[in-house]
Amino acid sequence: MRANCWEGKQKVRVEDVPDPKILNDRDAIVRVTSTAICGSDLHLYNGFIPSMVKGDILGHEFMGEVMEVGKGVKKLKVGDRVVVPFTISCGACWMCKQELYSLCENSNPNAWMAEKMFGHSPAGIYGYSHLTGGYAGGQSEFVRVPFADVGPLKIENGFTDEQVLFLSDIFPTGYMGAEMCDIKPGDVIAVWGCGPVGQFAIASAFLLGAERVIAIDRFPARLRMAERNTKAETINYEEVDSILDTLKEMTGGRGPDACIDAVGLEAHSPGLQHTYDRAKQMMRMETDRPIALRQAIMACRNGGTVSVIGAYGGFIDKFPIGSLMQRSITIRTGQCHVQRYMKPLLARIENGEIDPTFVITHRLSLEDAPEAYDMFLHKEDECTKVVLRP
Amino acid sequence: MDSYLTTDDANPRVAARTSRSAQTRPARRGRRTTEGADNAGERPDARQSDRLARALGWFSIGLGIAEVVAPQGVARLVGLEEDDGNHRLLRGIGMREIASGIGILSQRKPTPWVWSRVAGDALDLALLGSALRSDKAQRGRIVAVTAAVLGVTALDVYVGTRLYRNADGGATDDAGDNTVEIKTALTVGRSPQEVYRFWRDFDNLPRFMNHLEAVRITGERTSHWKAKAPVGMTVEWDAEIIEDRPNELIVWQSLENADIENSGSVRFAPAPGNRGTEIMLEMRFHPPGGTIGARFARMFDEVPKMQMRNDLRRFKQVLETGEVVHSDDSIEPGPNPARPSERIPAL
Repeated sequence: MRANCWEGKQKVRVEDVPDPKILNDRDAIVRVTSTAICGSDLHLYNGFIPSMVKGDILGHEFMGEVMEVGKGVKKLKVGDRVVVPFTISCGACWMCKQELYSLCENSNPNAWMAEKMFGHSPAGIYGYSHLTGGYAGGQSEFVRVPFADVGPLKIENGFTDEQVLFLSDIFPTGYMGAEMCDIKPGDVIAVWGCGPVGQFAIASAFLLGAERVIAIDRFPARLRMAERNTKAETINYEEVDSILDTLKEMTGGRGPDACIDAVGLEAHSPGLQHTYDRAKQMMRMETDRPIALRQAIMACRNGGTVSVIGAYGGFIDKFPIGSLMQRSITIRTGQCHVQRYMKPLLARIENGEIDPTFVITHRLSLEDAPEAYDMFLHKEDECTKVVLRP
Repeated sequence: MDSYLTTDDANPRVAARTSRSAQTRPARRGRRTTEGADNAGERPDARQSDRLARALGWFSIGLGIAEVVAPQGVARLVGLEEDDGNHRLLRGIGMREIASGIGILSQRKPTPWVWSRVAGDALDLALLGSALRSDKAQRGRIVAVTAAVLGVTALDVYVGTRLYRNADGGATDDAGDNTVEIKTALTVGRSPQEVYRFWRDFDNLPRFMNHLEAVRITGERTSHWKAKAPVGMTVEWDAEIIEDRPNELIVWQSLENADIENSGSVRFAPAPGNRGTEIMLEMRFHPPGGTIGARFARMFDEVPKMQMRNDLRRFKQVLETGEVVHSDDSIEPGPNPARPSERIPAL
């Protein structure tokens, strides 16, 4: 089959690789009909997530048709159309029973590696380094889906791929980001990053009853997307002197009730702070650039919540713990527990509360993956979300 | 999840916890076996070395303070020429003495600090030697001081050696000294009854415990084990269960003629909040090659510990999900890309 493989820093290639096989009784093999490039794939592309191996198949946002099921699979049958969550979860361990699916205790065969890096191991993830299991990803023609009864969501109502594909990651991730803000009537939510996850966080904050949402980015097209799709107010951080002052001015001096970091470890900012973090990152003195996170903490109102859904992978520097502690800020974070959100969010799509297709800017073939990664990285042609078809 | 724990079960659990915490209490110095640590605390000669070390620590601090506060007086006493250079030198030596003393008295492992005193003694002797050649020095006094320093040096070496031996083996009369110990714990979402029963079925273990090749039951309490060893070797031994408390504890040890002498225990305790069973696995190996072999093995004990932990994790996978969970990476040894294998792997 054809698959998009990681070949090194900023290098991917579509290659011929063997077809996947059933390895466990509860596996299914899915023929991928649509797959997408995630912002977090760019962290892998740029070499910021350790434990990648040359030849790894990328991709954790995908859907398709069930081609084959293992003998332990009860709920799916050949021919079913499914969206597959990016987190691999057994459904049987304590974490899965608490619906903390991205912390599944059994799905990461490389847990020892993750324990070294993180203390304890999270769940396995498709196409997302060997720290999270070394599973082949979904930017390919076929993919093996473990625990096929636990994760995949059957689509039976005739929606197009594009309408439901993002239930695999970015819609639930953005939604969980907003949910972690514990939004109450009158709340003002600020969202750093208007990439696809940020867009869904903004939309979800409104769905969950936010009074106002302030969206922060530097790309006019992405800010316009937020304005067009929701009634978000926007700040282009390159056009203001101080993001903190601007947010204070927009919130009567209080600061936003909750701040969502939908940027993660490769944040940008004009000026010295960016240069400082970039330099430390290059010298491996910190692995992640937490510029958005620092701002989100400093900007948040006293007693407010900072919700972190942008991906981090390692260690940061100059973390404003004083601001956090002195001002009773709550931090909530996590890889999305996707399985918890798929059905309720599918219902919101069915009810017409949201049409997830609004984030798509490019539709390409799987064969175009290398150009698509490059375009997405450099935000060329206002690229925000790429959907690939094998 | 089923309820594993009724309130009636609470007592044995408390008992299990108490004895466990006693077992995991860190041995005071170096790696001693739990038997060694539990064996009425410390041996008399170890206590004596400790007392001597402490005396040396206070001596260091006293001498150091005198040298820092009154270098003139010390110089006169020692018979050194009284000039600013010598006073500065004595102050520097005094600081070093104070650092050694604080190190000996404050650190849990005073051994290196005692050896720092030996290094300091050597330096002092060298300085005294050069002072002897100086015209203005009072030779008689310097010779006397040199003799005194030699005496202190001998004491430092003696204490340093004793401490080293007590902490790190070398004395082969202590069975614990060439032991490599591995401990690891994991919680499995099944009742202690189920976990115990699954574990007690020893010949089942090689199915998912990758470090084991085969286990054969040879008697009521005995079994034959074959395990993977580094560089493609295998080791075999006969084991005997020396304690078997259903649903709680299994303790075993290797019998004579074992390729590698070993012993171990696995403890099953109900996890709080109906989370199943806490497994605590402890294994002790006596690698061939005596103390040197043990030191060498200890340098790499992360590797067997990791293997043990991975085996325990696979045990959990089988009990909770019904099989060992595979990824494209995990089905083959060594790092290989996350993509389907060319061949059909033997799983």
